[in-house]
Amino acid sequence: MKGEGADSDIVISSRIRLARNLTHYPFPMLSTNQQSEEVLEKVSDVVHDEDLKMISNFERIPLSEINSLESKVLVEKHLISPNLAEESRNGAVILSENESISIMINEEDHIRIQCLFPGFQINEAWELANHIDDIFEAKLNYAFDEKKGYLTSCPTNVGTGIRASVMLHLPALVLTQQINRILTAVSQVGLAVRGLYGEGSESLGNLFQISNQITLGQSEPEIIHNLYSVVKQIIEHERTARAKMLSESKTFLLDRVNRSYGILSYAQIMDSKEAAQRLSDVRLGIDLGLISNVSANVLNELMIMTQPGFLQQYASKKLSSDERDVLRAEMIRERIKK
Amino acid sequence: MICQECGNKPAALHFTKIVNGEKTEFHLCESCAREKGDSIPGAPNGFSIHNLLSGILEFEPSMGQNVKQQKKVIRCENCGLTYSQFRKIGRFGCSSCYNHFSDPLNPLLKRVHGNSVHVGKIPKISGGKIKYKRQIKDLKKELQSKIDLEEFEEAAKLRDEIRSLEQKISEA
Ligand SMILES: [Zn+2]
Ligand SMILES: [Zn+2]
Repeated sequence: MKGEGADSDIVISSRIRLARNLTHYPFPMLSTNQQSEEVLEKVSDVVHDEDLKMISNFERIPLSEINSLESKVLVEKHLISPNLAEESRNGAVILSENESISIMINEEDHIRIQCLFPGFQINEAWELANHIDDIFEAKLNYAFDEKKGYLTSCPTNVGTGIRASVMLHLPALVLTQQINRILTAVSQVGLAVRGLYGEGSESLGNLFQISNQITLGQSEPEIIHNLYSVVKQIIEHERTARAKMLSESKTFLLDRVNRSYGILSYAQIMDSKEAAQRLSDVRLGIDLGLISNVSANVLNELMIMTQPGFLQQYASKKLSSDERDVLRAEMIRERIKK
Repeated sequence: MICQECGNKPAALHFTKIVNGEKTEFHLCESCAREKGDSIPGAPNGFSIHNLLSGILEFEPSMGQNVKQQKKVIRCENCGLTYSQFRKIGRFGCSSCYNHFSDPLNPLLKRVHGNSVHVGKIPKISGGKIKYKRQIKDLKKELQSKIDLEEFEEAAKLRDEIRSLEQKISEA
């Protein structure tokens, strides 16, 4: 994903996910092998739909046909869920050419339509997901109830089945220690916040994902509008904090950003936690115009490529954690100095 | 205050969820909170409700004492999942579970989503009639306000529209 789209100095990506199920089939958790195979076939057939072909060429990848490293890479690119990679029976993903659309089959629900856009394009992502949903719905009978809406495997998704989420890079709010106050406020208006790589209790690289919690009783446009306006406000707070830091403590910022740039340029061993933090610093430096010889695109790529699955695919073999740290440092050095 | 989840350690994280003005509080100890994952340093309010859900489902029975008396097993006739299994897993077995579990489920949904009915998208194929019904409901509201305003010509038009929609439903 390239560093583009609206507000891309702060918003990394915007994502819409729609959960849908077919009538007459138990949810994937309880379906027999034959039932999940039938679901897979029925949903896969839609790939040949002319309206879908108008959007993009699609490739269908059954999870049984790729190895664990390849599926790990799909997880790190946020194209499939860890759940689909590890646990699903007759699971598959239908991917658009540019990978902005991924449709998971036999995950927790029979169908999960996901549209992932760079930058702050949550409305655009919704429009596309909605359109794709229409195409599938013309061929398939969805499980739907007048009062409860789209019936999903988990009660937290019932109703619209929509999860709208935005990934934000908020280094200045973290540095100025305003982040907790803001995240608390966010969680009180019905939105959920989580760190990106949720390993342990730390949010690495100052990346936060904000998404809707409520799926029943609000329409999709209401849900998206609510998220949109809250994120807009957070963007303003982050911009203000960045400007303030720049005017009041420029030397501190320059030191931090350049120190991280220097370490990324020369380090020989780099664990994933340090990489996330250093990359965050450099990304901030680029966004503030303090660093001009690296592009935001390179940084976005590195944020994904320095994760374990990606590194191992790059090396085309399984790596120990020490080996990964060496390769990670090498990869960053190569790309960041260009 | 004691942790709601394990019931023995002191609660360190307090999580408040407000849905439609209705407040629900969670009190968890650190290790239970960590087990739930998804926490953000210093931001105990950052839990995703998804991960807390099985927690809510688990401590639900202890809240009402009459639960012990009604030992009757609630089971989905379509897929065979029992309500207590659902409570453990936090997932339904099939779409019919929503009907078979509706008595204990409705208060749970209310706690997660607020007191609500679906107002979002309706699928065209399986939702054809529902769409008309929703249109009729809206038109009837409009009709009442036209009558209140004594705009009878407008009201008559709306009445005809409602009739033709009702016709469509009976034909479908
Ligand atoms: Zn506890
Ligand atoms: Zn069932």
